[in-house]
Amino acid sequence: MLYRECGVYRTTYAQDAALFPLPADRIGTAVLVLAAVLLPPLLGTYWLRGILIPFLVFSLAALGLNFLTGYAGLLSLGHAAFMAVGAYAGVILYGRYAVPLPLALLGAGVIAAAVGAVAGTPSLRIKGFYLAVATLAAQFLITWTIQHVPWISGGVFATINTPTVRVGGLVLDTALRQYYLAFVVVALLTVFGMNLTRSRIGRAWMAIRDRDIAAEIIGIRLLKYKVLAFIVAAFYAGVAGALVVFCWYGSANIEEFDLVNSVRILGMVIIGGMGSIVGSFLGAGFVTLLPILVSVAVHKAGVLIGGGAANSLISSLEDLIFGAMIVLFLVLEPLGLARLWKTIKDYLRLWPFPY
Amino acid sequence: MSPDLGFALELLVSGLLVGVLYAMVALGFVLIYKASDVFNFAQGAMTFFAALALVSVLPHLGWPLSLLFVVVLMAALAVVIERVALRPLAGRPPLALAMSTLGVTFALGGLAQALWGTEPQRLSLGISPEPIQAAGILINRVDLVAAGAVAIIVAALIWFFQRTKLGLGLRAVADDHEAAMSVGIALRRVWVVAWTLSGLVAIAAGILWGNRIGVGFAVSLIALKALPVLIIGGIDSIPGAIIGGLIVGATESLAEGFIGPLVGGGVQEIFPYLVALIFLMVRPYGLFGRPVIERV
Repeated sequence: MLYRECGVYRTTYAQDAALFPLPADRIGTAVLVLAAVLLPPLLGTYWLRGILIPFLVFSLAALGLNFLTGYAGLLSLGHAAFMAVGAYAGVILYGRYAVPLPLALLGAGVIAAAVGAVAGTPSLRIKGFYLAVATLAAQFLITWTIQHVPWISGGVFATINTPTVRVGGLVLDTALRQYYLAFVVVALLTVFGMNLTRSRIGRAWMAIRDRDIAAEIIGIRLLKYKVLAFIVAAFYAGVAGALVVFCWYGSANIEEFDLVNSVRILGMVIIGGMGSIVGSFLGAGFVTLLPILVSVAVHKAGVLIGGGAANSLISSLEDLIFGAMIVLFLVLEPLGLARLWKTIKDYLRLWPFPY
Repeated sequence: MSPDLGFALELLVSGLLVGVLYAMVALGFVLIYKASDVFNFAQGAMTFFAALALVSVLPHLGWPLSLLFVVVLMAALAVVIERVALRPLAGRPPLALAMSTLGVTFALGGLAQALWGTEPQRLSLGISPEPIQAAGILINRVDLVAAGAVAIIVAALIWFFQRTKLGLGLRAVADDHEAAMSVGIALRRVWVVAWTLSGLVAIAAGILWGNRIGVGFAVSLIALKALPVLIIGGIDSIPGAIIGGLIVGATESLAEGFIGPLVGGGVQEIFPYLVALIFLMVRPYGLFGRPVIERV
């Protein structure tokens, strides 16, 4: 009874097209947004910098990859490289050319999208594993180019620091303000993404994912929609990368965007739920929290056994659990945490009645 | 011989010898792909796992027993991976299987390091590092031994595939799963055999690479070099893996030697992928791969 679908009548087209047609969804979302706005001031810098901001950044990146892998069915192992493009584009636009921050964020996304369009063109001819290797090639080529072109990176192994970040007259110098910037950007792009997936484009992607030859036969232009999937995915990654620089690290460093991160983002999509917006957030949350949970657990266990646990053990266990989780979710719950969420909703629909 | 040509020849020879080692890792991919249509991203992690396991027991057991231990370990691992990560996914899209092996990659790497530590370790085969001088160029002795070992392994594999019942079964499964089952070949046993074989190849590759660069996490990154090898040679062809490995080894070594100084080094890391991209554009199924024809 908590999550009621009955009694909701749609009498106008506007109601029918509403993003949250159910009152329960509307209330739930409102509560969530309110919590996201009101609670952070109560939290310390560790919570903001260590958990919430990384969570938002990776949610955005995972959301982008979800369009590509979850909706359009194209595997990409180069997502972190698109983030790198966005990060460097953002820093260069903002720091070197004094572009206002909102425009710099947008520019970071657009430049990453352009790179994504180029990286995505092979997807018409090749698929599956071959495409994965092509995107892997993109990962290496992009990061290598960024590293080796001094105009972009300032030299191999160099990091570029951003100057003080301002939006309008406001200086983003505290973790809280940085969090709010990330939150606003992520919220806007999430709404955009939700609408995108139920538009003509999103449906075309799903058709391609389910059977690309069949989709082509019913008149979906594969090249256009596959490249579009890459463009949108890279745009989101680019903005996420720029957020890494502006809201999180404060500097662009190529080491942060390596292959491991690409796979990690893919893991978020798998664990969270392929083809689900909520899933991107759940997966990002899970993978962001995992290292913290593991280290806490290992420390607790270490206290019990009586020896200090080594950091290397923690990172090994983290890898082990992350990998095991990917396999586990693929085998047991291919639709990921999002599917579990739906199961909970189904339960709440009837609660407290058995049926 | 002009100095440039001599330099090029030296690069070529050392590149080819390294390429043989890439081929070794690529071979593991091919074995599994042929038998089960699974693209096994975990091959690199298996190589790392095998090498680390070997190094860890070597001081206690000595070579013969350690080798035996690692062989048994890899066979057991093959059974476990097949049971846990692949069999439940049978019939699902190939993408799901590939992603599952990505998960296995992380799990294996983590497991190996949790069990045996993250410190890179030395693995010595006791070959002198003195290079051999032949026809004016220097050849690394270790690489030469490695190339010989790979030649023996490939010969053994060819014998296995051509002359043994199990090998024939593997080829039959590779050709057509259903037809193979209908003539009474136990598909699952064949899969386990394929994974065990690639585990054995991983041991050999792990020993050879470990001897070259030490046993550390870097070993599992060699798999990243094997992917372009597969694209170039064709993912379902054993000769393709060998030729592809040679091409990758030779071109990256030459590129590093001649283009590297112009752009500040590091060309080695990306050049194989450039070559692979060209192949993907022109000949997506590689030199020896079988083109796939799709129908609705």
